[in-house]
Amino acid sequence: MQDVMQTSMKFRYFKQQAFFTVVRLSALIIALALGGLLGYIVLNGISAISWDFLTLPPTDSMTKGGIMPAIVGTLYLTIGAIAVALPLGVASAIYLAEYARQGKIIRVVRIGVNCLAGVPSVVFGLFGLGFFVVFLHFGSCILSGALTLGILVLPTIIGASEEALKAVPQTFREASLALGVSKWQTIYRIVLPNALPGILTGSILGIGRAAGETAPIMFTAAAFFTAKLPGSIFDEVMALPYHVYVLATAGTHIEQTRPIQYGTVLVLVGLVLGVDLIAIVIRSYVRKKKRW
Amino acid sequence: MNRHQKEIFIRGIFAFFAFASVLILALIVMFLFREGLPIFKEVSVADFLFGQEWYPTYDPPSYGIWPLIFGSVIVTVFSCLIAVPLGVLSAVYISEIAPTAIKDVTKSIIELLAGIPSVVLGFFGMVVVAPFIQKTFDLPTGLNIVNASVILAIMAIPTISSISEDALYAVPSEFKEASYALGATKYETIAKVIMPAALSGISTAVILGMARAMGETMVVLMVAGGAAAIPESIFDSVRPMPASIAAEMGEAPFGSGHYHALFATGIVLFFLTLIFNLIADYISRKFKEVGSATL
Repeated sequence: MQDVMQTSMKFRYFKQQAFFTVVRLSALIIALALGGLLGYIVLNGISAISWDFLTLPPTDSMTKGGIMPAIVGTLYLTIGAIAVALPLGVASAIYLAEYARQGKIIRVVRIGVNCLAGVPSVVFGLFGLGFFVVFLHFGSCILSGALTLGILVLPTIIGASEEALKAVPQTFREASLALGVSKWQTIYRIVLPNALPGILTGSILGIGRAAGETAPIMFTAAAFFTAKLPGSIFDEVMALPYHVYVLATAGTHIEQTRPIQYGTVLVLVGLVLGVDLIAIVIRSYVRKKKRW
Repeated sequence: MNRHQKEIFIRGIFAFFAFASVLILALIVMFLFREGLPIFKEVSVADFLFGQEWYPTYDPPSYGIWPLIFGSVIVTVFSCLIAVPLGVLSAVYISEIAPTAIKDVTKSIIELLAGIPSVVLGFFGMVVVAPFIQKTFDLPTGLNIVNASVILAIMAIPTISSISEDALYAVPSEFKEASYALGATKYETIAKVIMPAALSGISTAVILGMARAMGETMVVLMVAGGAAAIPESIFDSVRPMPASIAAEMGEAPFGSGHYHALFATGIVLFFLTLIFNLIADYISRKFKEVGSATL
């Protein structure tokens, strides 16, 4: 009897060890995938990066020169997208977190936000084409692209802002209301400042998302090639993600332009992950400093 | 305006903004239909959905998107075969096994993985994974179902992992303590108590991961190969719906049958992913854990 118990116990611990190994291994595979990907991109891309690469436009039908117009285009599109999504997203989140009571209406809004978050990026592209480019006659330009990217990142910003607002302790609101301050003033003076770091983190993650998307801008804003910088929001622009796609798939010089492709990929990844890292650092800093 | 009226006014403004998402969703549906429905004057709904031939530029054109739907489904299923075990197990690692320091690092890794632009992953699939598959299996091309599934899995893992982790984290610690008190090992507790209790959340995670993989565009555009035919092996090329839309929209003349057919493909894609999202929403609401009193 004792023996049976012993072996059974051993077997149970053996199973546990086996399971833990598999679990650790899967986490390791994911870490290696990220490490391998980033390492490969950095090793191959770093030699292409130079001051000229970052500050000159492409030349010789995009086989030489730099990527400056694409960097500038991506900056414009991303700033435009955030300008659209941030006020709208924070306002939505304030309603959801501070004003709305449980019920049918809030369910509808919540399902709407969730579904919007799940819309495939290429469908945003189609919508941008059908609505902004064709129906509103904006044409393919920064404005159309920024609006399309803006609604794409809207759910991200709503989600992060709502979470940040809800993390502000209820007692803060109660203290303010007890002093006779109105609800709006409480939100504006007490809740928002305390939720600001969380909202910022979410918005920065949204910026990273907007900067890296390709499909939504393919038919709404991105140009194959423009040597000069955009003069107004009704101009087409080059964009880093689209530039990578174009160089890697189209044209007759795919092999010849590999260094430029690696360089562009490195700049794009550096930009997006750099922005994400800033968000992650801010968040962990704020968590450590939290006073409540 | 007195103070009370002002408050009501402000509340109304915020309510209006909150409905923006719903309004945008409605606009998306409206414009997809506006640009997509005209194709059904040329071809019946059944022929469009189940037609075997996608030759939109031939004369006469043939608008059957069955090969595209099939391509989307197959890369989604195969990518989930890779992403679900890795995603769920990494969530178990983060929430149950990892020491605190490694836990934060692992979480950041998954967050960074989620942040990598899809075009970069597509590029990686083209220049690294494709030649590798081509050489290893001695194929004419490495741009095929296997390649697309591997890269899509990388995109779906962060979604599956982070939502599963939330679900595991939400399991009340009383459950764990009760299981340990009965003499269960840590593995038994995870496999027989924590995982079943978190099952609805994990299912939500898997469904959302599938929706992510199905809707992803750049990866399938760059590495799936692009053949609009029903594949015969996992090393064949396919042309999933998003790839077809993204690749052809640039060349389809505005207002042509091809243009409308691509929007109609967008309708199909939109509703497929919408169904996934609604199922996920339903599951997460229906089986919501509201504390240990529910069991």
